[in-house]
Amino acid sequence: MSADFLYGIEVIINGLMAGVLYALVALGFVLIYKASGIFNYAQGVMALFSALTLAGIMSGQVPFAHLINAIFGTEIHHFGWNVPVLAAIILTLIVMVIFAWCVQRFVFRHLVGQEPIILFMATIGLAYFLEGVGDLMWGSDIKTLAVGLPQGGSLWVEDATSGLGGDDFYGFFIDKLDMVATVVAIILVAGLIAFSQYTKQGRAMRAVADDHQAALSVGISLNFIWVLVWSLAGLVALVAGIMWGAKSGVQFSLSLIALKALPVLMLGGFTSIPGAIVGGLIIGVGEKLFEYLIGAPFLGGATENWFAYVLALLFLVFRPQGLFGERIIERV
Amino acid sequence: MLYREAGDFKTTYVADSQTFPLKLDRIGFWVTMAVAWLVIPFVINDYWASSLLVPFLIYAIAAIGLNILTGYCGQVSLGTGGFMAVGAYACYKLMTSFPDVNIMIHIVLAGGITAMVGAAFGLPSLRIKGFYLAVATLAAQFFLVWLFNKVAWFYNYSASGQINAPERLVAGVAVTGPSTPAWAQYLICLFFVTVCALIARNLTRGTIGRSWMAIRDMDIAAEIIGVNPLKAKLTAFAVSSFFVGIAGALFFSVYLGAVEVGEAFGIQKSFLVLFMIIIGGLGSIFGSFAGAAFLVLLPVALKWLGVDVMGWPTDLVAHFQLVIVGALIMFFLIKEPHGLAQLWRLAKEKLRLWPFPY
Repeated sequence: MSADFLYGIEVIINGLMAGVLYALVALGFVLIYKASGIFNYAQGVMALFSALTLAGIMSGQVPFAHLINAIFGTEIHHFGWNVPVLAAIILTLIVMVIFAWCVQRFVFRHLVGQEPIILFMATIGLAYFLEGVGDLMWGSDIKTLAVGLPQGGSLWVEDATSGLGGDDFYGFFIDKLDMVATVVAIILVAGLIAFSQYTKQGRAMRAVADDHQAALSVGISLNFIWVLVWSLAGLVALVAGIMWGAKSGVQFSLSLIALKALPVLMLGGFTSIPGAIVGGLIIGVGEKLFEYLIGAPFLGGATENWFAYVLALLFLVFRPQGLFGERIIERV
Repeated sequence: MLYREAGDFKTTYVADSQTFPLKLDRIGFWVTMAVAWLVIPFVINDYWASSLLVPFLIYAIAAIGLNILTGYCGQVSLGTGGFMAVGAYACYKLMTSFPDVNIMIHIVLAGGITAMVGAAFGLPSLRIKGFYLAVATLAAQFFLVWLFNKVAWFYNYSASGQINAPERLVAGVAVTGPSTPAWAQYLICLFFVTVCALIARNLTRGTIGRSWMAIRDMDIAAEIIGVNPLKAKLTAFAVSSFFVGIAGALFFSVYLGAVEVGEAFGIQKSFLVLFMIIIGGLGSIFGSFAGAAFLVLLPVALKWLGVDVMGWPTDLVAHFQLVIVGALIMFFLIKEPHGLAQLWRLAKEKLRLWPFPY
């Protein structure tokens, strides 16, 4: 096999793994959109916020230290202890559940029945708010997230595959972190599907997604389900935040992964969990291959920023509801 | 009874269909115009021009443009920043390629070029609707910014990748470049705002504006009663992009002078203009102004309050600003989803009856 062909395969594999990470973010969107019709732009900032909180709790930072110092003239910044990873993750989850409750209680409960665009704008406002709160709580400096995930390329894969090509091929370079992320994403999706299929709350969640009125009339509490859904989105955001944070540090740019997830959603359809995953994989492979084959040699690189959007746009022209989205039926 | 319509009789059709049917509104409008044109240019200084008035006027044009598309025609667009970049780069290329032509003509031409680009990116709107369209317009945003970053022809192969506005005169006074007096910056922006607002107001209450609103309210029904959706949607995209392009050209040439595309016309700009029309009021020209004023004023006011009054460090104030802007947006959407324009309408209702309750 020629080395070029093998490099192509390597690009595809890496694209698949990047796609898994996109799908992870897109999943959070789909969960909320299905259950409440809210298109949650804040999903990316939720990932940032949860990663910030995790990093802050682990290193024993005092929340709002900067603000307290500015008001009272004190000089505090750390409690002076380090919290183990598992406990920190649980604490962060508790924070995300409280956040979910607050969002439901103070914002979206008052916006029930509003037009979707108003709800969307509210989530953009929420994104700004949460970003500001995250910065106020934990400071805006770049943090490293050391939760014990492996880093760097996998030597094992490299050794095992180096014999495939000629002399100038050194084996596939695959990031260990990406492999872990893939496994975690698969477990998460399996868990979510099991939850929504086999538990009482999961069934209630699907009922709400189907029809609010009918769900209300059989005694399902919409408020509870919405808090539950936002909490689940918080959990997905935390996982995505850990993966992306371990990859490139916890910083503002983490919240931009929401923008990466949007074309995935368009491609897969806003209402479909399998769609989010397949869409993520297509976008991941597509943009890496395009960059490798056309972008870098002919267009000066950095095509990854827009390729996904243009692909999704062209695709939507032919199939307006996405790959797996519910068929849009319009009546007058 | 500060605000009244009693005794305000109309005897002609022209009087009946004018923009401000009430005498008090007309007086208010002319007083505002007189102050804006005759008083402010003489008292303006650099600080007021560069931090408040010029950005307010430019954002008002952009907000009017987006309001035509989103508020009147119902097509949500997140590509405003990209279209502003088209206007800015078109203006730059025209300014440097044809230095002898008047800058005013260049700015209008830049708007025209943006209109064409906007119409091209509006084509998918015939198939894609709602959120899918909103996300699809992000394609325009990212693609255009990438294009202006990568293709060196657009920035005349300058080493820094920035574009810098050369000095251009209007009637003997510099309006672009570093030596522009504050009042000249202000007046050229005011001129374009006035013209754009007049055009927008008259378009939106004519045939074309009515066809936009029909599409917004229910596109299938509109099609059945004979509104051509292709024509209505594409004209909305074109007219909207025309205004946005003018705003972008002014933003680059008059206000900033030097621009780096990702920084000045990134996705944040798209959201900012969208916030303006949401807070101001969808489908209202007055709302575009109110929203632009509010969001230009807010950061300045917060910075003054935080840094100068409270004495906090600037980064802390910047974080607080995010929190407050976010909270205000949510608050507004909960309390008054139709924006400042609706508040103004309600206030007028109250004033008509005041001081009697009925």
